[in-house]
Amino acid sequence: MHHRTLADRLLDIVNALLLLLTACCMFVPFLYVFSVSFSSMKDFLESDFILWPKEWTAGAYRYILANDRFLRSIGVTVLITVVGTALNLLFTATMAYGLSRPFAGRKPILLLVLFTFLFGAGIIPTYLVVKATGLLDSIWSVILPVLISPWNLIVIRQFFLSLPEELNEAATVDGANPFTVFLRIVLPLSKPALATFGLFYAVAHWNNYFTGLLYLNDPAKWPIQVLLRQIVVVNDSTSLMAEQTLVQPPPAETIQMAAILLATLPILVVYPFLQKHFAKGVMLGSVKG
Amino acid sequence: MSMASTPRENLPAPRAAARRRGRLARNLWKSRYMYAFVLPGLLYFLLYRYVPLLGSILAFKEYSPFQGILDSPWVGLANFRRIFENAEVVQVLVNTLVLSFLQILFAFPVPIVLAVMLNEVRSDAFKKLIQSIVYLPHFLSWVVVIGIVTVFLRSEGLVNLLLERLFGISSIPFLQLPALFKPLLVLEVIWKESGWGTIVFLAALAGVHPELYEAAVVDGAGRLRRIWHITLPAIRSTVVILLILRLGTVLDNGFEQVFLMLNPYVMNVGNVLDTYVYYKGILQSDFSFATAVGLFKSLVGLVLVVAANRLAKRFGEEGIY
Repeated sequence: MHHRTLADRLLDIVNALLLLLTACCMFVPFLYVFSVSFSSMKDFLESDFILWPKEWTAGAYRYILANDRFLRSIGVTVLITVVGTALNLLFTATMAYGLSRPFAGRKPILLLVLFTFLFGAGIIPTYLVVKATGLLDSIWSVILPVLISPWNLIVIRQFFLSLPEELNEAATVDGANPFTVFLRIVLPLSKPALATFGLFYAVAHWNNYFTGLLYLNDPAKWPIQVLLRQIVVVNDSTSLMAEQTLVQPPPAETIQMAAILLATLPILVVYPFLQKHFAKGVMLGSVKG
Repeated sequence: MSMASTPRENLPAPRAAARRRGRLARNLWKSRYMYAFVLPGLLYFLLYRYVPLLGSILAFKEYSPFQGILDSPWVGLANFRRIFENAEVVQVLVNTLVLSFLQILFAFPVPIVLAVMLNEVRSDAFKKLIQSIVYLPHFLSWVVVIGIVTVFLRSEGLVNLLLERLFGISSIPFLQLPALFKPLLVLEVIWKESGWGTIVFLAALAGVHPELYEAAVVDGAGRLRRIWHITLPAIRSTVVILLILRLGTVLDNGFEQVFLMLNPYVMNVGNVLDTYVYYKGILQSDFSFATAVGLFKSLVGLVLVVAANRLAKRFGEEGIY
């Protein structure tokens, strides 16, 4: 593109400005949440729109981090995310590997998996099965029913299929059984792919609201998203019942923003990794593998 | 390791059968490790994906908690008849379809436009910066997104505060206005998913040979004509496939988003199939009826995917299966 015309350059500038505007629309709400969460009562009462606090205070954070309910909820969610993701990866990887090797009866099992894309059971029958298997009000209810994502399974299988067949053959000739091949050869080669899907699973567990709402009625077991809804969307002041009633609590809005930020912190921490891997992960299976 | 087809031998029938059995047993034994790999996952699929599917027979029964699913009495299609005789369900169905079509009309094209715009950016650093910002909302939970929307729009919220200070307008209950419910949902989806949605298109565009653009420049084609004749055709089949997938899910509105935005004021325009099933089934324990509504939804979804796929093939696209 040696000679760029005036129209060309104008187009570039307009394009860049529009993209900047789009990015601002997506960024400003974050900035607002961040700034309000650190604002003092005085700041909050004096200005309408806080994009940068004049007087920084961590009062809202101190308040919320002293709250047992909030901490317990974070703890429950960490537990669900860690245990859930580990089991997700274990069950997805082993099944995907099995389905990537030839054996009698592979095709019907594969079809069984693929069919779930076209036709899924509804909310109620699934709820009744979760209830019948005794999982209601146990954290297993938000782990076991989503043990394997068929989508991730198919994509990981596709990845295993793309590994050179010689790896399997060489090891088999050396007398290694398929378990050894899987553990010693396939898994180490798949670390980046599995890390990507581990992140996907983990984000899904952390952000999950629906099954928490459905299956966990006991407030002591509420995952963070369920509690967060109570604090922010329902604006329920009793949801963080203050133990320290003698002290004047920080403004409700700063507490809500601090809660949002704390609940999003783990996502923000892993975001650089997500960004590095997710495009690859998404495209790994591409739309048609 | 596909079973090598052995040359047909003229064996007496019983011996051939015994041989087949022997081969089957050998094959099963040879595959024993693979069964060990697949079995745990298979059990999961059977228990949590297929047993509920069988449990959908509840739609043809009148559920009695004391008798359980299997022993509850059959009622034929009574629950399905209730779906169409009930004005409430018809309203819910209308809400579902209108919301989906608004999403397809307004939210679906945004990532395409955004991807084309990103593709035109010359500076890699600028492109990366924009991408890292616009991808982020995808990873936020719906509770967080709607929490922020609530804080902005509630009656004592930021927008109302600004409107009052700047224009003296008294508080507007945005979240309780039925007319705003669906547009807000569409805007939320645009905000959250547009950036993420560009990835598939950008990947398709990465496969376009730069020579194609260079040749177009030599031929005297301007920027817009290059976009029209090279960029857009390069993503056309991706657009068609995604549209098919989307059409197959027009009855899915995303439970979390809708449920979190619902309140008694907007229930009439905002209650969709997923939330309706939740209210009826889980909160009011009308299990059979809610199962029937859910099954109806799955069946229509299946028909839609198959139909959309046929349609795509007729238009000369690849389709999804």
